[in-house]
Amino acid sequence: MAYLELNELRRSFGPVVALNGINVALDQGEFLSLLGPSGCGKTTALRLVAGFDRPNSGSIVVDGKDITRVSPNRRDMGMVFQAYSLFPNMTAEQNVEFGLRIRKNKRGARRKRVQELLELVGLGHAVKRYPHQLSGGMQQRVALARALAIEPRVLLLDEPLSALDAKVRVQLREEIRRIQTQLGITTLYVTHDQEEALSVSDHVAVMWSGKIEQMGTPSEMYSAPATPFVAEFIGTMNRLEGVVVDGERGEVEHGGTRLTVDTARGRTRGEKVLVLVRPELLQLEPSTNGAAGDNTLAGEVVTHTFLGSVTRLKVQARAAELISDVPTARVDSLPVGQPVVAHVPTAGTRLLSLKDEPASFELDPDNP
Amino acid sequence: MAWIGLLPFFAYALLFLFIPAGEVIVGAFKDNKGAATLDHIHKLVHQPYVDQYWLSIKISLITAGLGCLFGLLIAYAALRQGTPRVVRAVVTTFSGVAANFAGIPLAFAFIATLGTIGVVTTFIKDHLHYDLYAHGFTLFGERGVELVYLYFQIPLMILVIAPAVDGLRTEWREAASNLGASSWQYWRHVGIPVLMPSFLGAFILLFGNSFSAYATAYGIAANGISIIPITIGFYYSGNVLFDPHFAEALAFGMFVVLAVMMLLYVPLQRRSARWMR
Amino acid sequence: MRRKWIAPSAVVWLVVAAAFFLLPLIATLMFSLRSIQTNKCCSGAAYSLIVHDHQFWHTIRVSFVLSLETIAISLLLFVPTVYWVHLKLPRLRPVLGFMALIPFVVPPIILVVGLLDLYKGAPAWFYDKPYGILGFAYVILAFPYMYFSLDAGFRAIDLHTLTEASQNLGASWRTTLLRVILPNIRAAALGGSFLTLAIVMGEFTIASLAAFKTFPTYIQIVNETQPYEAAALSLLSFMIVWAAMLALLFVGRGRVRTAQVATTR
Repeated sequence: MAYLELNELRRSFGPVVALNGINVALDQGEFLSLLGPSGCGKTTALRLVAGFDRPNSGSIVVDGKDITRVSPNRRDMGMVFQAYSLFPNMTAEQNVEFGLRIRKNKRGARRKRVQELLELVGLGHAVKRYPHQLSGGMQQRVALARALAIEPRVLLLDEPLSALDAKVRVQLREEIRRIQTQLGITTLYVTHDQEEALSVSDHVAVMWSGKIEQMGTPSEMYSAPATPFVAEFIGTMNRLEGVVVDGERGEVEHGGTRLTVDTARGRTRGEKVLVLVRPELLQLEPSTNGAAGDNTLAGEVVTHTFLGSVTRLKVQARAAELISDVPTARVDSLPVGQPVVAHVPTAGTRLLSLKDEPASFELDPDNP
Repeated sequence: MAWIGLLPFFAYALLFLFIPAGEVIVGAFKDNKGAATLDHIHKLVHQPYVDQYWLSIKISLITAGLGCLFGLLIAYAALRQGTPRVVRAVVTTFSGVAANFAGIPLAFAFIATLGTIGVVTTFIKDHLHYDLYAHGFTLFGERGVELVYLYFQIPLMILVIAPAVDGLRTEWREAASNLGASSWQYWRHVGIPVLMPSFLGAFILLFGNSFSAYATAYGIAANGISIIPITIGFYYSGNVLFDPHFAEALAFGMFVVLAVMMLLYVPLQRRSARWMR
Repeated sequence: MRRKWIAPSAVVWLVVAAAFFLLPLIATLMFSLRSIQTNKCCSGAAYSLIVHDHQFWHTIRVSFVLSLETIAISLLLFVPTVYWVHLKLPRLRPVLGFMALIPFVVPPIILVVGLLDLYKGAPAWFYDKPYGILGFAYVILAFPYMYFSLDAGFRAIDLHTLTEASQNLGASWRTTLLRVILPNIRAAALGGSFLTLAIVMGEFTIASLAAFKTFPTYIQIVNETQPYEAAALSLLSFMIVWAAMLALLFVGRGRVRTAQVATTR
């Protein structure tokens, strides 16, 4: 029996449908991330669970009890907001203590718990500081300690790291995960950063336009995206549009070339499909005479993007722009302008049917 | 060297603000022939002037207190989450107008409303059969003046406290609620403490505003209300009791009261704003 | 999405506020429409009397010209000063801000006593005419509003970047000030000017004690003798201030936050 259930939650604001019937079931102690671009409904869902908003229909059940109508201050959930949620007139200590004071815990017990928690988040030395004297990362740690102080049934985090520096973000997300695992608290985490979601969660639910596109473990989401949107959103993918020509042998025709991919076996001839290949699986070789071999696409290197141990190469092929991650050590043989061939692996690709789905999504660069 | 650029301004302030104010302070200690004297100050600390100072202070404390309270309630109602944006615009523009409406026109507007033959007075008399004035109410006394003063004190408060109210982040309210606090608990532990520094500042401003008010009181009752600014005007432009130096002494007394208020206010303010530093 | 519906307690307070603030205005309007004969509604006689009163037009004109004078002197004095402080002496900003609060603490009643005393020996064109001593005094009253408006305006435009960019492109100081800076604080300057207009049109204390005849002193005289006309005048004066404020809102729409505070009390 799931610990936290969201059943067919719907929420509209006038003509705008923010949540279009989502279903989630979390076991106790599980860490689920709601991942998606701006406006997909993930924050709306979180706020419904917290009680700051009422759904138009559907229910929220915690430990068997329906809490859809319960007011937010009685739900026994701890929430960490994106920023600015610490009470400015209280020290870190007093902030963390707040929930315990409301519950009228005894002073001595309160102080002890507060000290424990602040040490848990690594701020034992800064207990008497006011929020404006703390850095962004430190403030969020205090916010976390404050949410945990009341021993909530569910921990809710609304993009807690978005407002922080990159390095702090990585550090803090690992700590959040460590603490969560240590305390075994059921956690619902909202973010638009897919790397963040994949690195800390037990499960990830990708949302778009108010619906859950796919839910699964991070590796499932990465290697086996179920829809073109998920494929686009998680990691980077090469997308080859094509048409199945031979369902038995798994042949797909793309841009004038025939490619054989295992995942195309069993498809009907004439079906429009999208072949998805991860950049690290697309091998590049300098082409000597412009001739393509089996399962290869010919093109020319357009840009290099240095990413550390790996360099991302963009290759302009006939019918698509390809992305290949090449070990930086090898990059010298593939300079910009170099004609290359890209080997499409037979195994390890994904295939998605393009029946009704749009083939491409313009993810707004200003609103990732 | 860049200081030279500020010379015109400082010169102007000196000529038209500081020196005249200084004149008043000095003049309080002069007699009609220009010799130094403490006579005027001596008169100040006796009746009936002590009573007049007390009346002025009382009216100012009351209108500042009520103005702050109602101003905050209305400002919060207009600016909080959920209230349509248009309400906010209407309230702030109207407050800008109402705060400036003080003076003779306001006095008269209230005379037209609650004066002896005012619209509301006659309405209550004719339709509810209750004669306000027969029952002791009068616009031209202390309570009446306080009521009229609220008409510009409340809007002033709204304008002054608006930025602070805007600064109350919804995250705080939500976090408090999430941690189990009721609405009242939120206000007690977070809302009021956060607003307190601005609230105190507003109180002082409203006090000073009311204490110094002249035109409105004059408009209501000319020389009939015994508050200090009226008395000053009386001694300064009155035909019978023209005594400019005494008027200056009265003004000096006002300075003293305002200074004392400031002295009381500063430590309170510092304490309430501890968490900001 | 935040709370989308208005809180019930908010409705209560807003309704109460509306009642308290609109009632006197409505009552004044009704009062002003009473006829002298019947003491009841409805007659435009009060308004007609005012419009035909020579003193009405004379004093409005005096006050209006006085406003313009005050605005002119204020702009001439404060714009360069605030610009200079923002550009060269930013650490003096708090000092200036503090000074801008002093006119609130020195009540006009005290100021007028001091001014009249200090300038007793001044030439007649200064001492006896409203456009002399009164105008200069009004500049002091307008100072806080002008200052806060201009200060906000200068703060909003990143003065240093604009100045440096302009100079980098080859402009002289004068060109920079006139063609780059000034147009950008136009809204703030206009905002401060409208506030000044409202102040001067409503200022009674100093004018009265200095025995000048301005629009507010005229209203008071009428107040003492002709109640219905006084009501009409009150409303008219309210409309004038309201119009000034709307103009201010229109001009400074969104671009500048001006500190709007009280004046005549």
